Amino acid sequence: MGILRTILLRVVYAILLLVAVLVLNFSLMHLAPGDVADTISQSMGGADQEILDEIRVSYGLDQPFIVQLGRYIANVAQFDLGYSFFYNQPVTKLILERLPATLLLVIAAQIAALFIGVVLGVISARKPNGLSNYVVTFLALFGYSAPVFWTGILLLITFSLNVHWFPVAGMRDVTIEGGFWVHFIDVARHLFLPAVTLGSIFLALYSRLSRASMMEVLGSDYVRTAKAKGLTSNQVVYKHALKNALSPVITLAGLQFSAVLSGAVLVEAVFSWPGLGTLAFQSIIARDTPTILGILFFSALVVIIGNLLTDLALRLVDPRVGGQK
Amino acid sequence: MSPLLEVKNLRIELTTRDGVAPVIDDLSFTLNPGETMSFVGESGCGKSMTALALMGLLPEKVGRVAAGNIIFDGEDLSQASDERLRAIRGNEISMIFQEPMTSLNPVFTIGEQIAEVLRAHQGLSRKAAWAQSIELLNAVRIPNAKSRVSDYPFQMSGGQRQRAMIAMALACQPKILIADEPTTALDVTVQAQIFDLLTDLRKQTGAAIILITHDMGAVAEMAERMIVMYAGRKAELGPVDQIIEHPRHPYTKGLIECVPHIQSDPSLERHDLVEVPGIVPSLREFGKDQCLFASRCAYLTEACLASRPTEKLFANGQSADCWHAEGL
Repeated sequence: MGILRTILLRVVYAILLLVAVLVLNFSLMHLAPGDVADTISQSMGGADQEILDEIRVSYGLDQPFIVQLGRYIANVAQFDLGYSFFYNQPVTKLILERLPATLLLVIAAQIAALFIGVVLGVISARKPNGLSNYVVTFLALFGYSAPVFWTGILLLITFSLNVHWFPVAGMRDVTIEGGFWVHFIDVARHLFLPAVTLGSIFLALYSRLSRASMMEVLGSDYVRTAKAKGLTSNQVVYKHALKNALSPVITLAGLQFSAVLSGAVLVEAVFSWPGLGTLAFQSIIARDTPTILGILFFSALVVIIGNLLTDLALRLVDPRVGGQK
Repeated sequence: MSPLLEVKNLRIELTTRDGVAPVIDDLSFTLNPGETMSFVGESGCGKSMTALALMGLLPEKVGRVAAGNIIFDGEDLSQASDERLRAIRGNEISMIFQEPMTSLNPVFTIGEQIAEVLRAHQGLSRKAAWAQSIELLNAVRIPNAKSRVSDYPFQMSGGQRQRAMIAMALACQPKILIADEPTTALDVTVQAQIFDLLTDLRKQTGAAIILITHDMGAVAEMAERMIVMYAGRKAELGPVDQIIEHPRHPYTKGLIECVPHIQSDPSLERHDLVEVPGIVPSLREFGKDQCLFASRCAYLTEACLASRPTEKLFANGQSADCWHAEGL
């Protein structure tokens, strides 16, 4: 019962939060100078005031702000995010086409960073003065301080141009034919470098945090108890200590989820990954307001879902989260 | 009867910032099968260090057995491999710790934590180990064991957690149970229950108990023999009733005088509560060739500062490391 109740409550909060996001985004976009009319007139090579007004009337831009906002929210409630004049497509369709690519990249980067980060953290926590500790510290510092686009370009030059291990850009090779697994491997090969690039920042965070958390746990009383039971040192570390050390790492991963998503914008640009980031970039240049709003809306949705999943993961790891029976 | 455990001239060194300090210095004692032996002394006297050394759990890289032997069932544990020590820990020698609140892993169920020991040492299947955990929880008198077995530690009270710890420690029917201040963190009524439980379980299992405690009442009730430790050295050793009757070391005398007594007539004027003045010397002093209790002792003479006291044996089995033991 506990979990269902929590999910239900969180969904209600999420809806309220999404409405707030919509209002805020819409207001901010409204405050910014320039609108679709300007863009359209520009693409036509300029227009006079009369035509501009006409365009504004036909798109409802002449209405008072509050009416526009109300219409927008009412439309979103029916899953209609508007129509992109730039792409000549409904925004929802446009975004749903791009979303899977971004999700794939973000989730792959997040999982890789978490997994490798935790493993490195544990290794260096077990031998705080060993060589591995210095390697992890260096990697962490490097990953954290190097700008993501620079890391990306560096990896591209090294692994795609010089040694040809991975493709340079895109998400799939259109010339490839074959069954599911052929395509799966193709996408995985394309995914590798962008995911490593995006993951590198977060890998640094996760490995540092899991190292600190692990060292604290290894000094705790229950780890001593586990040793006193005669368990092997791997059982002590990977069963008793790790499950406790994971909570702060999962919490951080949840908080970082939005950062991973925004980091994806840059990485997608570097690797021409056909995701939301590229779309966001293009629609900002084109002042395609409905598309920008739609992307912001979906980003908020993804982050909220990510946080909900984080909460559920925490419950799995630590029975104390979520209260007594 | 040959002793179950024989500790001979044990010396444990800790590496500190100020150099190497002998936290246990030339300690010898024996423990017979089924016997309860109590370790008494202030904090920092080396009681817990002795226990950890017996378990082979001295802090890595910081502490080590520098000299002496720990002979358990004919085997020298101070020379044993890690592998061998692991097979003994939790199986033949097991330990209950001071803090039931933090000594259980918060993210595993009580049942899993007990069953784990059985799987590790007795090779029981998951199912059999789980069933056995329920039996053990019953044995330590946790009501409704069948449903409590899948509780997490945070769902239990302090006393129940310590019972669960005891169940865990006794799971493999060890020959020695080391209880390191098992009741310090519990309130008085629960303390009494835990001591009762330990006494009963000892009768049932025949395990020898090493009881580390500050509680003189518990010593008098539970133990046959006691060792008084001071600054890493043995101060006095012997049968509990003899020592309480007639302590031969000024430190033991001081400790016993510290215990408040209930007067039969409450209207009488009360005695002032006595204390042992001063504090335990710092680790830097530990290796010195003199009596380490000298700075706090009322019987201080030049001999005490000149060299470390030797052991004086008495006919009743008592022995004291004090130059003035005969005169006390």
